[in-house]
Amino acid sequence: MKMAQGIKNLLGLRDLSREEILEILDTARSFREVLERPIKKVPTLQGTTVVNLFFESSTRTRISFELAERRLSADVVNFAASGSSVSKGETLKDTARNIEAMKTDVVVVRHSSTGAPHFLSRLLKSPVINAGDGINEHPTQGLLDMFTMLEKFGDLKGLRVCIVGDIQHSRVARSNIFGLTKLGAEVAVCGPKTLIPNYLEQFCVKTFYDIDEAIAWADVLNVLRIQLEREAGGDFPSIREYRLYWGINRARLERAKKSVVVMHPGPINRGVELDADVADGKASLILDQVTNGVAVRMAVLYLTGVRSS
Amino acid sequence: MRVKSKIADVQQMGRSITRLAHEIIEHNKGAANLCVIGIKTRGDFLAKRIADKISEIEKVKVPLGTLDITLYRDDVRQKLKLPELKRTEVHFDITDKNVILVDDVLFTGRTIRSALDALIDIGRPTTIQLAVLVDRGHRELPISADYVGKNQPTAIKESIVVHLSEIDGTDEILLTEDEDGTGN
Repeated sequence: MKMAQGIKNLLGLRDLSREEILEILDTARSFREVLERPIKKVPTLQGTTVVNLFFESSTRTRISFELAERRLSADVVNFAASGSSVSKGETLKDTARNIEAMKTDVVVVRHSSTGAPHFLSRLLKSPVINAGDGINEHPTQGLLDMFTMLEKFGDLKGLRVCIVGDIQHSRVARSNIFGLTKLGAEVAVCGPKTLIPNYLEQFCVKTFYDIDEAIAWADVLNVLRIQLEREAGGDFPSIREYRLYWGINRARLERAKKSVVVMHPGPINRGVELDADVADGKASLILDQVTNGVAVRMAVLYLTGVRSS
Repeated sequence: MRVKSKIADVQQMGRSITRLAHEIIEHNKGAANLCVIGIKTRGDFLAKRIADKISEIEKVKVPLGTLDITLYRDDVRQKLKLPELKRTEVHFDITDKNVILVDDVLFTGRTIRSALDALIDIGRPTTIQLAVLVDRGHRELPISADYVGKNQPTAIKESIVVHLSEIDGTDEILLTEDEDGTGN
């Protein structure tokens, strides 16, 4: 019997090989089928306890992880930093070790500090899955974006993906770049100069400063959320100006390839980075991304969790 | 792994499959409400052969599906390596159908136990009947086959290896002996 390799932790796509990424995506296809069944649940992780440690707020990712865990029949414990002993000053290290001492098996962690999941993975015996750390990576989002592109285009090799928006502060952008380039896609970014980091060349990533050029070039527009709270930080003058220069609207999209698709990791600022009629239009894969997210997270939990208990 | 004897060749395997098809039709009084579902990896090819044979005899199309039972195994956490996940492909409703579940070798019965759970998760069939090419004994669960190609008593350290032309290039059933004596 052909065996899957499994993975110990999922900290970022930067650390994974091309083969490991393909294995996760291929495994996710099996779980995508499970999600179409009348009974969307399999007994695989029965008796495994998964802890969701969310030190930073999240709706989609937390619900998606929790659904994935429950559909694999795992027991789920949710932890949110607010209202916990973290607000009494307990350290990340103590919190995690105390929870593990209660005999849990897998840890899913989101934290506003870059490297928090890596720190935990050195500390804990359990597999650690990164659900977003600071401005570093959001590997399951990167994987579900790739899965959605694969589902639509069949192959990532030579596929032109342009990531639009705040690249500098986006862990989604980084996971996309690491993953997509490993699978042979052509990756570009587009956004205001103040939000484009300067390390991109080493990853063979193109940069566009003109949104219309980017739209004409791309097969996939992966549009990032503008973090409205950053407006005050002076990275761009105003929301209205951002929309004028970088917002994706129907008129702009008419100059794109016929087959172009629009993706967004959510939550959308409608009328800022993406107009409502584009977000809800036929080019949009946004809800497919959400559905696929559960399948991809099931695959990651299967590959990390099945032998941990 | 040492081959001790050849239990069946192309002709014998073909005859077994033909007989299984006839028995299935006889027992179900036709093929009207039948569907055939094979367990991966070799049961799915056998299922196709049986379904084709039934269609040929009864002149009706029999729905065909494949089942991957990896997610339902009771030993998935004890194995050192993860079994690679394959796809379940049943593109029809099995509710109120007579399902013929097909596998190559019936041994401990644990695979069939998993397959029953997997089937019940995708619908509520009227009956589930089990067809196997070889029954080698050593059941660990109260499970038996409705249609058996060949009963082949074995020692625990022996194995039955089924080769099918679709993936192995030839049709044959071999009795082998494992050096490590696990019977798997």
